[in-house]
Amino acid sequence: MNFSETANTGYFFGLVPLLVFLPLIGMLINMIFGGKMKEWQIGTVASVASGLTFVVAVLLAYSLSATHGHMQTVYFAEWIHIGDLQLDWTFRVDTLSSVMMLVVSGVGTLIHIYAIGYMHEDVRFKDDIRRFRRFFVFLNLFIAMMMILVSGDSYLMLFVGWEGVGLCSFLLIGFWYDFDTLGQKSTKNAEAGKKAFIANRVGDFGFLLAIFTTFWHFGSLQFDAVFKAAEAHPDPVVISAITLFMLIGVTGKSAQVPLYVWLPDAMAGPTPVSALIHAATMVTAGVYLVVRSAPLYNLVHEASYIVAMIGAVTALFAATIAVGQYDIKKVLAYSTISQLGFMVAAVGMGAYVAGVFHLATHAFFKALLFLSAGSIILGMERGHHHLAHGHGDHDDADAHHDEEEAFDPGDMRNMGNLRKQMPVTFWLYMAGTLALAGIFPFAGFWSKDEILLDAKLHAEHFPGVYLLLSIAAFLTAFYMGRQIWMVFFGKERTEVAEHAQESPPVMTVPLMILAGLAILGGALNLPFEGFHNLGHWLGYTIGETHGLPLDLGVAGISTILALMAIGISWLLYGKNPLKAGQADPLKKPLGFLFTGMENKWFVDEGYGAVIIQPFEKLAKFLSIDVDWNFWHDWFHNSVLYAGFQGLAKFLSDPVDMGIINAIADKLADMTKRSSESLGRLQNGFVRSYALSVLIGVVAILGYLLFK
Amino acid sequence: MDFELLPNLVTFSPLLGVLILFFIKPEKKELVRWVSLLTALVTFGISLVLLGRFDASNTDLQMVTNLTWIKVAGWNISYYMGVDGLSILLILLTTFLTPIAILSTWSAIEEREKDFNIFFLMLEVGMLGVFMAQDLFLFYVFWEFTLVPMYFLIGIWGGPERIYASIKFFLYTMAGSLLMLLAILWLGINQGTFAVPDLIAMGGIPAGIQNWLFIAFAVAFAIKVPMWPLHSWLPDAHVQAPTAGSVILAGVLLKMGTYGFVRFNLPLFPNAAIHFAPTMAFLAVVGIIYGAIVSYYQRDIKKLVAYSSISHLGFVMLGLFALNSQGIQGGILQMINHGLSTGALFLLVGMIYEQTHTRDFDVYGGLWKIMPVYGTVMLIVTLSSMGLPGLNGFVGEFTILLGAFGSEAIGSAWYAGLSAIGVILAAIYMLYMYQKIFLGPEGSIVQTVKDKGHPLRDLSVRELVTIVPLLVFIFWIGLYPKPFFALIAPTVDNLVKVLQAAMG
Repeated sequence: MNFSETANTGYFFGLVPLLVFLPLIGMLINMIFGGKMKEWQIGTVASVASGLTFVVAVLLAYSLSATHGHMQTVYFAEWIHIGDLQLDWTFRVDTLSSVMMLVVSGVGTLIHIYAIGYMHEDVRFKDDIRRFRRFFVFLNLFIAMMMILVSGDSYLMLFVGWEGVGLCSFLLIGFWYDFDTLGQKSTKNAEAGKKAFIANRVGDFGFLLAIFTTFWHFGSLQFDAVFKAAEAHPDPVVISAITLFMLIGVTGKSAQVPLYVWLPDAMAGPTPVSALIHAATMVTAGVYLVVRSAPLYNLVHEASYIVAMIGAVTALFAATIAVGQYDIKKVLAYSTISQLGFMVAAVGMGAYVAGVFHLATHAFFKALLFLSAGSIILGMERGHHHLAHGHGDHDDADAHHDEEEAFDPGDMRNMGNLRKQMPVTFWLYMAGTLALAGIFPFAGFWSKDEILLDAKLHAEHFPGVYLLLSIAAFLTAFYMGRQIWMVFFGKERTEVAEHAQESPPVMTVPLMILAGLAILGGALNLPFEGFHNLGHWLGYTIGETHGLPLDLGVAGISTILALMAIGISWLLYGKNPLKAGQADPLKKPLGFLFTGMENKWFVDEGYGAVIIQPFEKLAKFLSIDVDWNFWHDWFHNSVLYAGFQGLAKFLSDPVDMGIINAIADKLADMTKRSSESLGRLQNGFVRSYALSVLIGVVAILGYLLFK
Repeated sequence: MDFELLPNLVTFSPLLGVLILFFIKPEKKELVRWVSLLTALVTFGISLVLLGRFDASNTDLQMVTNLTWIKVAGWNISYYMGVDGLSILLILLTTFLTPIAILSTWSAIEEREKDFNIFFLMLEVGMLGVFMAQDLFLFYVFWEFTLVPMYFLIGIWGGPERIYASIKFFLYTMAGSLLMLLAILWLGINQGTFAVPDLIAMGGIPAGIQNWLFIAFAVAFAIKVPMWPLHSWLPDAHVQAPTAGSVILAGVLLKMGTYGFVRFNLPLFPNAAIHFAPTMAFLAVVGIIYGAIVSYYQRDIKKLVAYSSISHLGFVMLGLFALNSQGIQGGILQMINHGLSTGALFLLVGMIYEQTHTRDFDVYGGLWKIMPVYGTVMLIVTLSSMGLPGLNGFVGEFTILLGAFGSEAIGSAWYAGLSAIGVILAAIYMLYMYQKIFLGPEGSIVQTVKDKGHPLRDLSVRELVTIVPLLVFIFWIGLYPKPFFALIAPTVDNLVKVLQAAMG
């Protein structure tokens, strides 16, 4: 374990292991001492741990810029060395990993702080305050795992983080493992967690195959060594295999078609989790993986095109579903899948800078949207709570609380006109929405436009991508408009919405920071000469790219599309606000199409029928018929046991008919399950066995000696 | 004539405890327990001295004892004991798991403790002998010797169908052993010695005969592992055995099978090993997938874990028959990993069973809330078992799959590719089990035991003491496996050279 080589350079590279250890220390403090700590102390420990991680990330970024973006590796410990397989715990600091570190720890810290306020209330609504601590333990663990993912210097270390964040995702989706999303006792949340883990494991299976192929063809798993070997022997079959296997992993982790199905269910997790893991950071790991493997993808155009198409199809497909959702978080979940599709499409086309740019701005505005949605949901819960406890005396209220039907605080049909009750949240949400919809000059405008521009410029090599993404962008603005009108405008559709309450500053202040980033985040990479900062920065790692200038044509079209979409959404949902109990105005004109969107195109049902049910049937058939009835019972009774008896008889003939027969009979008796006395057990079986072995040995020896 | 005390001391020190136990009255339960535990701990201590004196860089047998035992009519049977990189970890696993298993019986075994502990310590002698013996005949004696105490442990202290299970255990194992005995005798008589190192050095067994001998050994070992399709004794034995029996059965006894392959089949019959590598890999893959799918359908916790062993040991076999460094080293490490994780799983299942007296999934649920420490420990072990990176299982599985993927002997990446599906399936059945017991709303068992006046409690200090050492190794091997690989690497590399020479 030595830090010395790099620590001596005078910069902060030697600190990189702290990215992992700081959050782990925070986790351990809360695990060990948290039982006696107050909530604010637990929250502070976790937030400080995450905040210090951000500080380290900043120091690393500073060191990088001071050394002209020169990549540094920091060896920490030996890991697995067998023959050619040489794997170490070695960290890598380059401009790409640095961006990821900053985004993850920066957004992560804000979400930690927000969660202090959010979980304080959540554990009380769910009536289990002991679980407050567990939340922060998991959250810190997540940051640590994410840091391993982005700072590892080999595919396998990346894979450790990759599965590690999957574990945290599983734990946090099923955080309220004894409830469903409506707060009723159920296994549903737990199942959502399991689904996420398993869908991700399917992806990881692909990733593992990519790793094996890489090792046996390129002799290493360390990034630079692999890339060098690949460029020396660019065998298209091998590299296509590697990149496409990797793509399976990407579709799992970054929720792309066909493995995206876990992400909407992942909204069962508390809202800070949705924001941090299932929007801003973990789900972008797939995008990071492709960018990290850029030298490989650059070598195989067909594979890259498949990546781009998967992204573009996902972007559109998920956007259509988002249009038909009523749950505020589900809309955002499908929106996330769709936006991840934009990123994957970008990196598939080789537009790595645009992909990473959108990754960063999306982290800002989508975290903002999710957390604001959390604020709305809690606001509704407060209103609900207020009403439940408002009637009569306290006892009655409790009784009332237990008996009433499940109230869904996240259903947009229960909301309406919330801008009146929650003005701060409203404005924050607007900032996020405009950024997501891609309205000038919000962050999303710049990053999405860069992707669209790349798609347009590369249309010859990647046909179809631009069209799909443009339609998706149109739908994005539409479903966000629909959401805004439904949630914040019109009339309150329930009594609860009338009594919704604004959230405290511990929640809204982090949101304001995120809102600032959502508004100004475009400055990371403005399409003007001298302002391609991110492109320049990433250029140190993935090779210098020429920054694209602003294309007024592309920007104009996408802006007009977005404004049109918002206008249509106003006509449908703003001009004539939805009334309580009224069906969605799109239902009638779109007919079965809307039914499809509403029901997520029945993909879950399809998977159930095609994969899950056949698997269950197979499991039953193998277990009951093959394993138990045939193999366990029939084979044992009719072949093995009968064979043994036959052998015993055969061996007995020359020796002593009587003894062996008696033993065989005894054996037969004993196998009958009724005969279970200990006396009988000790009585004969082992002796008979020993005897038959002896007889056997004598017979064999006799044969061998005297043959 | 060599004599080295240490390996003999390790092997036979449990007998001292047996001897003391003979003179203790059965009623003095506390004393019986302590004597047994201390004996096992002393044995563990001596095995650590063995480890200290072990020179990992030396690829030969070390601390050899070689005495003439039976020498008649041209037969050369010797008392030949020694340690090398193939066995050192398994010896330590045995001495490590035995005291843990014994400690776990303190509340589980409530009748005839004295007999139980005598059998248990005798079992340890047998297992250690198996891993130390370097003479085929001596090996066979120890191999068969382990059957007897295990037979009684299941048959006397087991569950309701213990008789059926113990007899089945016996019949299966014996059926295989007889073939092996035949092969041993052929080798000993034709080659003039039973000493394994001499036999390896001599070589020169014609390829055709190698195949037959290979099969004879392989059947015995495959039953023990157990490899599909010879596994059907395992669910019975595991489900019926008392907790400590299951721990040792899964933790060590099954490894005698996989160890047999790597100790005898590979170096003695290298040509046959190469010839049969694709076949063995095929059986391993089927076992991995089949065991995993059947696990998923189980509704009894112990049975699920039992079937999962079939899947996990399939990985070990796949690694061994990759016949390259990554595969074999991964396979040996995975033997240890499986012993730790599955041993821990059986311990944990036993702990909850003592409180609830049922292993039926359907009555469980939501225990994490009531038993947070137990829930957390079980989660770690579950994750270890399904190969989460950072924990021990991953290091083994990864190296095995990597080795098998590029194995010349297996000849196709398909085997490893299909086996990797087992990684998905492991997540499915292990998380399913975890969810059934710990997540969701409270299961009916919570109320049932409350009504009986024994509400569920979290782990006791004694229970923690039994489980924490396993957790330490689960993390250690997962994060920093270097010291473990260092112990096995030189010997395995030597073996791989022999195999490569045979491959031509």
